Amino acid sequence: MSLSDLPIETAVHPRPTGARPRLRLSDRALAPAIEHAALTPEVVRAPQVVFESRDVSVNYGEKRAVEHISMDIHRNKTTALIGPSGCGKSTFLRCLNRMNDSIPGFRLGGELLYHGHNLYAPQANRVEVRRRIGMVFQKPNPFPKSIHDNIAWAARNLGMRDNVDERVERALRAAALWDEVKDRLKSSALGLSGGQQQRLCIARAIAIEPDVLLLDEPASALDPIATASIEDLIHELKVTYTIVIVTHNMQQAMRVADRTAFFSLDETRIGTLIEYSDTDKLFSRPADTRTHAYITGQFG
Amino acid sequence: MSAIPQLSAGSGPDPAYALVASGNLRRRQAKSRAFEVVTLAAAGIAVLMLLILVYYAASRGLSQLSFSFLFGTLPLLNGSVGPLPGGIGPALAGTVELSLIGTIVALPVGVLTAIYVSEFSGPRGRRVVETYLNLMAGLPTIIAGVFIALLIANNLGQSAIAGGLALAIVEVPLIARASLESISRVPGTLREAADALGVARWRTVLGVILPTASNSIVTATILAVARAAGETAPLLFTCTLFSQNYAFNPLHSVASVPLELFSLMESGDPQAVDKAWGAAFLLMVTILIVNILARVWLRRSERKRGL
Amino acid sequence: MLDARANRTLKWLAFAGGALVFLTMFAIAYKVIEGATMAFDKYGLSFMTHMSWNASAGTFHASSFIYGSVVTSVVSVVISAVLGVSIGLFLALMAPRRVAAVIGPLVEMLAAIPSVVLGLIGIYLICPFIASTIEPALHTTLGFLPIFGAPQSVGNSLFAASLVLVIMVVPIIAALTRDLFLTVPRELRDGAEALGSTRWEVIRGVVLPTTSSGVIAACVLGFGRAIGEAIAVSQVAGDQPLAHLNLFLGGNTLASALALQLPNPVSNLHTSALFYCAAILFAFGLITNLIAQRISRSFNRSHVRRVRPAKPNASSAISASPQ
Repeated sequence: MSLSDLPIETAVHPRPTGARPRLRLSDRALAPAIEHAALTPEVVRAPQVVFESRDVSVNYGEKRAVEHISMDIHRNKTTALIGPSGCGKSTFLRCLNRMNDSIPGFRLGGELLYHGHNLYAPQANRVEVRRRIGMVFQKPNPFPKSIHDNIAWAARNLGMRDNVDERVERALRAAALWDEVKDRLKSSALGLSGGQQQRLCIARAIAIEPDVLLLDEPASALDPIATASIEDLIHELKVTYTIVIVTHNMQQAMRVADRTAFFSLDETRIGTLIEYSDTDKLFSRPADTRTHAYITGQFG
Repeated sequence: MSAIPQLSAGSGPDPAYALVASGNLRRRQAKSRAFEVVTLAAAGIAVLMLLILVYYAASRGLSQLSFSFLFGTLPLLNGSVGPLPGGIGPALAGTVELSLIGTIVALPVGVLTAIYVSEFSGPRGRRVVETYLNLMAGLPTIIAGVFIALLIANNLGQSAIAGGLALAIVEVPLIARASLESISRVPGTLREAADALGVARWRTVLGVILPTASNSIVTATILAVARAAGETAPLLFTCTLFSQNYAFNPLHSVASVPLELFSLMESGDPQAVDKAWGAAFLLMVTILIVNILARVWLRRSERKRGL
Repeated sequence: MLDARANRTLKWLAFAGGALVFLTMFAIAYKVIEGATMAFDKYGLSFMTHMSWNASAGTFHASSFIYGSVVTSVVSVVISAVLGVSIGLFLALMAPRRVAAVIGPLVEMLAAIPSVVLGLIGIYLICPFIASTIEPALHTTLGFLPIFGAPQSVGNSLFAASLVLVIMVVPIIAALTRDLFLTVPRELRDGAEALGSTRWEVIRGVVLPTTSSGVIAACVLGFGRAIGEAIAVSQVAGDQPLAHLNLFLGGNTLASALALQLPNPVSNLHTSALFYCAAILFAFGLITNLIAQRISRSFNRSHVRRVRPAKPNASSAISASPQ
């Protein structure tokens, strides 16, 4: 059964008719990723699609930022978005958890599906979207709170009030930060180094058990040692999470990503997806001449 | 299709991931929305207050406005029965005179202070002067009146000059702070370019920096005048002994709109109160319009210069 | 030669301007204290602790005025803080930019209304309104609190004065806090939103904690404005040298007493007592303003550190360099 066989209405987003079953997700929704990851071997063989982008374009007012982006992003894989600056890779990434919504004039064309649900459907809840699809930004942005509270804050909001300390510890361990900060959980997060701050932001994001982690050039503001620790972390996290990472560092993409998408400007100077395939294929046997030119350092 | 979730691409929405509010989100969003409504209501209350104030003053004062009200001499409040003739002509003229005196003093002091801080003082001097400017801006205006009364009016008698000086104390920090801000925004490259050409400091200040900042300084001065023109407290002990008639001698008291309004409403005579409403409406609307125009003008001129 | 002399002249003129500001504040302090000497010699500090002010009998103690000043200012700042901070949040973080560009200046216009006009409106609109509706309603619902005691038939009261002051203080707090909230970096709010937080949670959890000291400074400045207001308060406070817990009874404030009595003093001691009041008022204004400046300066210092995200490739602690 292919996509085009389905009536669009059902495939894209169930219209809010009276008959639509209203799903109240309780505890199950809190850890969908973990639950599904432990499924039968078939799951591993056939990649499950988390995001499906169908001819997505983005406009800011009159200005078109990206267009014609069609790609599938697979579960429990790390997908890298690379390309020269200004090619729209970050813009596209921020569409995946609707971080662009508050930018004046933002408009999304095409369709962006998350497990088959239209992310931009009227009934899609923006806060719910972000709770399931976490994001870590280019600049580390810890809150001016203690290390502990940085992690516990969102979890508490979400009602995960039991065993907060345990949750904090688990998140910090998962972000490979626990040993460095376990003795000063009550001190300000602003006293951490840049690399530690970024790992704290990752810990903060995974503490609320999202399904997907979006990383927007997470290591670009860090020194090589901190970068290496972040990359190690990405390898560990993809067992549990689906990761999409924007980077302008091709070596980094090669090191961490299973799949890589190359973005560039098209002939009308608008960002678009040029090529998308397995990482080793994209870097060893690029199908497009522009990809080849970019990865061999001829531009960008 | 039983326990195993659908696996192939585009096989339809997975109900486990429906993007509807889950867990406690519905309650949290209700709380958030309630809060948003509160802030909107707060803004609404403030705007409503302004509208009510303007409307109420207009409803009672608009009918008073007439040629004889605007130009007639002040009414004689001696408690006698019968119609109360008169207007606020001398008070309007006096307010203009007082504002002029205040501004003639405050403008140079304010701008020079700003120049001192931005060009000559160094960081420590800057901190001291800024602290004192802030203190002066926060000074209760009635203290300005008390000070000038003690300094001048109690020895040399009340006068328009004394009143104007009291208003100047109100105006100086407003002009100085706004001038300082706009002078600080003059790009450092302009200054460096002038220095590199060996232009003397005073020529840079007068020829480059002040002209560049002039729009903001003018706006700040207009806003300061609008503020001072509505002030009663600084004049209460410094410029009150005026007659009914037009008077301009700066060595004697001149009438002013706020003070005339104050004595009209203090008198309790219903006709006087009617006139007070006329004066109140006129004063308020003039000041609001001047405020709006000054801001619009400033924004437009800044946009023109791409600031 | 000419340039050197002109440079020097300009420098001295500018210095004179700055010095004049500096000296004026000292001259004010000196003159006001000098004027208060007679009353200070007679009453000393008991002037501020006792409560009898009778001009014809020649006894002057100002504690009721101090009480009135503090109470009206506190009440008005509490109400204004709630309203003003909400408006600041609305303008900075909620309203679409075009809406904020219209509503912001309108709110600021409230601050431009001359206080004498507010006094007039206070007498004829606000006092009758609160006497007929607000005060009875508060008394019946919250009457168990002593501050909401039995209302009078006329609305002239410390409560009326507080409400008139709210009109003046709200725009100050709203404008200051709006500018403050706009300094909260986008990245910080994005970070909170990306964790599935609602708008209120972002404000409560990130925006307000980062700006709290600035918000307090704005409220302190509002307090200074409220305590110094004379004309409008003199019209609506009730003009009585009394201090009641019940806000609905008449009272008076330092500034209002000055406005009402200094033009027509009955004796030299009366004048001097009023200057004593002026000195107290001046001290209040000075102290609140200095506190506000101190708070906002320390806020700015720490804010710079907070606002700047970690420096690129900083493995050292960022707190080390406040840039």
